[in-house]
Amino acid sequence: MSLVFRSKNGEDGTVTYVRYMDRIRDYYVSQGYEKPYRWAHFEEVPFTPLKKPLSESKVTLLSTSDVSVRRPEGEALPVVETTVGDVYSVPWNTPVEDLYSRQESFDRYATSLDDLNSYLPLTRLEECVESGRIGAVTDHFHNVNRGYSQKLMNDTSAPVALEKCRDERADIAVLTPV
Amino acid sequence: MSLVARHLEENGIPTVIIGAARDIVEHCGVPRFVFVDFPLGSPCGEPYDVAMQQRIVGAALDLLETATAPRTSVTMPLAWTKGDAWKETVFTPEQPFLSGDQVKNWEARKQRYREQKA
Repeated sequence: MSLVFRSKNGEDGTVTYVRYMDRIRDYYVSQGYEKPYRWAHFEEVPFTPLKKPLSESKVTLLSTSDVSVRRPEGEALPVVETTVGDVYSVPWNTPVEDLYSRQESFDRYATSLDDLNSYLPLTRLEECVESGRIGAVTDHFHNVNRGYSQKLMNDTSAPVALEKCRDERADIAVLTPV
Repeated sequence: MSLVARHLEENGIPTVIIGAARDIVEHCGVPRFVFVDFPLGSPCGEPYDVAMQQRIVGAALDLLETATAPRTSVTMPLAWTKGDAWKETVFTPEQPFLSGDQVKNWEARKQRYREQKA
């Protein structure tokens, strides 16, 4: 196969950040998928200023890392954890060693998902509470079961995520896509 | 996640994204973005590097305080310890992003969504 990777870095020897939209398009064309993905794009971007100082704010954490609580072998995951587009919650105070990521879409050649705090900074944010940098964290962190449909994300995931934030009276959300 | 950030922000909740796919996030357009130029899977710092993770989370909190307008991005001045070779090989046929079983899971996931929709 003589596919030209337009998105490869370094034509002039420089290495910069990866253009994933180009790279992924080229990759899937090479794998025989014909219809290129249309990435979400907006001219207008919403913005909400902080309502109170960080030191008085409650922070929540949302991720697409598909982190679950370890279960005995053979025990099925709750349906909400595998339903595409849904959002599920896990108690924040679950010991980190009892959690693991089921996510398979990451660069497994370059890194691992063995250390949760490298993509789901639960402990790092707890430290920020201890130091007084932020007021509190929510009782749960939340996972968005990523889908490829922007309609699904807009009509289901985003409103459910908002509901979760409101239920826990989160003032701020930190989002970590994996 | 960018779409979720936008929705939260439209409804009064300030957000910050910590991510590695700069072009995708900026193409969508989000309120606040901390760009970490690391392999997909480690947006919040190298595994087990606590000091680096603290620095990145700290930058995200700083950005929440300092941003005054949407599309405010900061780039973390960090380099992946093992070098940048991963940038050349990610999502290429030489290094398939998903293994055979993972492709099957991906297809199954798409099928589940088709069934959910039906």
